Amino acid sequence: MSYTINVNGQSRTVEVEGDTPLLWVLRDELDLKGSKFGCGMGLCGACTVHINGQPVRSCVTPISAVGEQPVTTIEAIGETEIGKRVQEAWLKADVMQCGYCQAGQIMSACALLEKTPQPTDKDIDAAMSGNICRCCTYPRIRAAIKDAAGLPTADTREV
Amino acid sequence: MAPRDLDRAPRSRGQTEGVSRRAFITASAAVGGGLMLDLSLPLYARSSEGAMSRGPATLNAYIRIAPDNIVTLIAKNPEIGQGIKTTFPMIIAEELDVDWKNVRAESAPYDPRAYGAQFAGGSLSVPMNFEMLRRAGAAGRQMLITAAARMWNVPASELTTEPGVVVHKARNRKVTYGQLAELAARVPPPDLSKVPLKDEKDFRIIGQFIGGVDSPRIVKGEPIFGIDVSVPGMRYAVYEKCPVYGGKFVSANLDEIRKLPGVRAAFPVKGGDDLAGLLDGVAIVADKWWQANKALEKLQVKWDEGPSATHSTEGFAKAAAEIGKQPAGKTIKKDGDVDAALASAAKVVEASYEYPFIAHATLEPMNTTAHYRKDGKVEIWSPTQLPQQAMGLVTKTFGLKESDVTLHMTRVGGGFGRRLSSDFIVEAVAISKEIGEPVKLVWNRRQDLQHDIYRPGGFHFFKAGLDAQGKVVAFRDHFVTFGEDNKPGNSADMGPNEFPATFVPNLDLGLSTIPYRIPTGPLRAPQSNALAFAFQSFIDELAHAAGKDPVEFRLELLGEPRPPEVLQTRFGTQVGFDNGRMRDVVKAVAERSGWGKTQLPKGVGRGIAFYFSHQGYFAEVVQARVSPVGEVRVDKVWIVGDVGKHIINPAGGINQVAGAAIDGISAALGQKITFARGRAVQTNFHEYPLIRMSQAPQVDVHFLQTDHPTTGLGEPALPPVVPALANAIFAATGKRVRKLPIDPAELRTA
Repeated sequence: MSYTINVNGQSRTVEVEGDTPLLWVLRDELDLKGSKFGCGMGLCGACTVHINGQPVRSCVTPISAVGEQPVTTIEAIGETEIGKRVQEAWLKADVMQCGYCQAGQIMSACALLEKTPQPTDKDIDAAMSGNICRCCTYPRIRAAIKDAAGLPTADTREV
Repeated sequence: MAPRDLDRAPRSRGQTEGVSRRAFITASAAVGGGLMLDLSLPLYARSSEGAMSRGPATLNAYIRIAPDNIVTLIAKNPEIGQGIKTTFPMIIAEELDVDWKNVRAESAPYDPRAYGAQFAGGSLSVPMNFEMLRRAGAAGRQMLITAAARMWNVPASELTTEPGVVVHKARNRKVTYGQLAELAARVPPPDLSKVPLKDEKDFRIIGQFIGGVDSPRIVKGEPIFGIDVSVPGMRYAVYEKCPVYGGKFVSANLDEIRKLPGVRAAFPVKGGDDLAGLLDGVAIVADKWWQANKALEKLQVKWDEGPSATHSTEGFAKAAAEIGKQPAGKTIKKDGDVDAALASAAKVVEASYEYPFIAHATLEPMNTTAHYRKDGKVEIWSPTQLPQQAMGLVTKTFGLKESDVTLHMTRVGGGFGRRLSSDFIVEAVAISKEIGEPVKLVWNRRQDLQHDIYRPGGFHFFKAGLDAQGKVVAFRDHFVTFGEDNKPGNSADMGPNEFPATFVPNLDLGLSTIPYRIPTGPLRAPQSNALAFAFQSFIDELAHAAGKDPVEFRLELLGEPRPPEVLQTRFGTQVGFDNGRMRDVVKAVAERSGWGKTQLPKGVGRGIAFYFSHQGYFAEVVQARVSPVGEVRVDKVWIVGDVGKHIINPAGGINQVAGAAIDGISAALGQKITFARGRAVQTNFHEYPLIRMSQAPQVDVHFLQTDHPTTGLGEPALPPVVPALANAIFAATGKRVRKLPIDPAELRTA
């Protein structure tokens, strides 16, 4: 069946079954491969995109549920002011190891900063705990988010 | 420990062995005992892709210089997140003498003729290549100087370099590398063994914080991983194997599957008996991966499960408990008389430890794109850690010659040892061969967790004796592991140098095996990641039994510095465990963490452990808190490591060491693969939890840079964190963790 969705400011029409997850529409129909497949159950966050500015796990979001709502993916997040800042902070902190989860991490971080421009450690924990980093780059993800928010980046959590 | 650690390095199975060993890793002893590579390595062979490039001049297999002074430097090993695509070009750039901003890093094609052994494993990339890559860069610099000398008709001795330019001071003139490159490419290459190297004090690039070269592409979501590969006309596939390892296909409802939306083909594939090779399965090929994966829900297969359908975690534990009561089946090391020493000991401590099978769970699931063409040529795109093994398995499985197969190495979304195996590669090739079209095989997460090449579980039965002064006089471990007739399976072994071997006068290390038919293999710091937990936890028990501080007790056990053994390994001469280096990291981590000087609230404790693996010395302190209901939270980890003289890129180095520690904590807190009726039970991250942001501790990483050869750091930081955590939990609660993963129910106080 035919679905028209709004991805990164463009209207795109695809012929797929209605239960096809948005992730696979992005990756295999629209050739937007930045969103990653990790679990297929919304457990790891590698597939995180924004729908209406909200972070959503695209691997469990059927295309039929997307409708007209604007979808933003990692490929276009750099066009937003927050997205650009977050990408730059990620590079400055050299967050990446294998890098596979980082598109999802960046999408979650951007959604956090959009809502909470000066996040606390607890805010970061809450917003980022749906995203697994198998290489365990969590300390640098935390530092990069703080840097993007203009906060001191040294890890001074109470122990 | 040294030879064992190196022997854990990936073996290139099959016919590629000759290439990797004989021609490229003929190592000899260097000053200070480090690895020094045979410089007969064919550095000047041009890589096949490099030779075809136009514009930039190729100086050797690692260096291309364009007229605009942009220098392309080749990273020969797969990039799995260990940062090698950045680190290797840094080493070359240092000696070539160019500015990093003019460097473009490129991953090598798979081309053993030009690059020798190409793999990511065993923390060996740096120790095996540091010297050689310095020489490759220095040779390039020498060729540029020679070219300038010819151009100006002056002796080369009058010339020197500044970054990117050759300088003739006497005449106050300069020429850029870009201008010289064409000419330099025609200069006969210098003798690598004689090419002068920089004074290490003058390093400008090595030791700098340099971001990953692919990171700018990653933050934009560019398609650079194996799973992102796209080939014209490509189909998508899934492959379902028998849930009991090595089970055989009998029949399936394939006619029904073929009618499902998008499905192009569904067929059985005949496999062999190698659990890490091509196994029997059912392939479903569709227009889109989602369609193929969805068709799996309807797939019903009748399997002949074979004898291992009886395997269960409970059964293994029962067998181990029985075997543990008997003497060990095989002696690993025996010093003195343990029984006599135990009989006369002031105190005897006995405990058994247990750890589970665990899976690698790389975030990028196993995948490969393959095209088996009608003319018998095969092209493969795969995220592999060990292309030589992949090539060997593919050619062996399909009766091909290496010249029939082209293998493209993609960026790897996490390795951890999983992609040293090539099962997912031969599956893709088999499917493409059947359909005659290019195909991308992607495993789903259930398949990934249930068909891992697991870190094997194990059981340790310890008994040790202390004298009246609290000194360890006797130490015994009966290691019950998995294997056949006392021959341990893959990554299920223990070597004769396991600490405290040679540090206790009466010592007995032995093992027995439980038969199994489950695929096992290396997982980040293989063997060490499990042995460290058992040994360094039991040593902590001994410290407490002796009534001594755990740091002091360990320093006493390590004793006064003594010259390390020189050992012959298949990777050449290696220096064995150096107790002086270990003492230094133990003392340093105690100092940095304020060991013994910090008042901790109730329910909070600190533990220490050390471990030597992959030539790296690591001591770690963990501070953990345990809630009344037994929930464990790690506040902070202090790490001090000694991997020799240089931390080539602290950006990646610190990140990886911190990551290794959090990775170890992740496994200790919740990971286990259990087996029932011969099959793995866990299906996804809700049943196989990986650590998350809210649980991740702060990590303080510090290196002691010592005058020893520079070695790798992808692995050695992991093993000690697990016992340091267990020891911290003991300090917090008085309860000893003797079984992984940590069970909150056992730690509950309320």
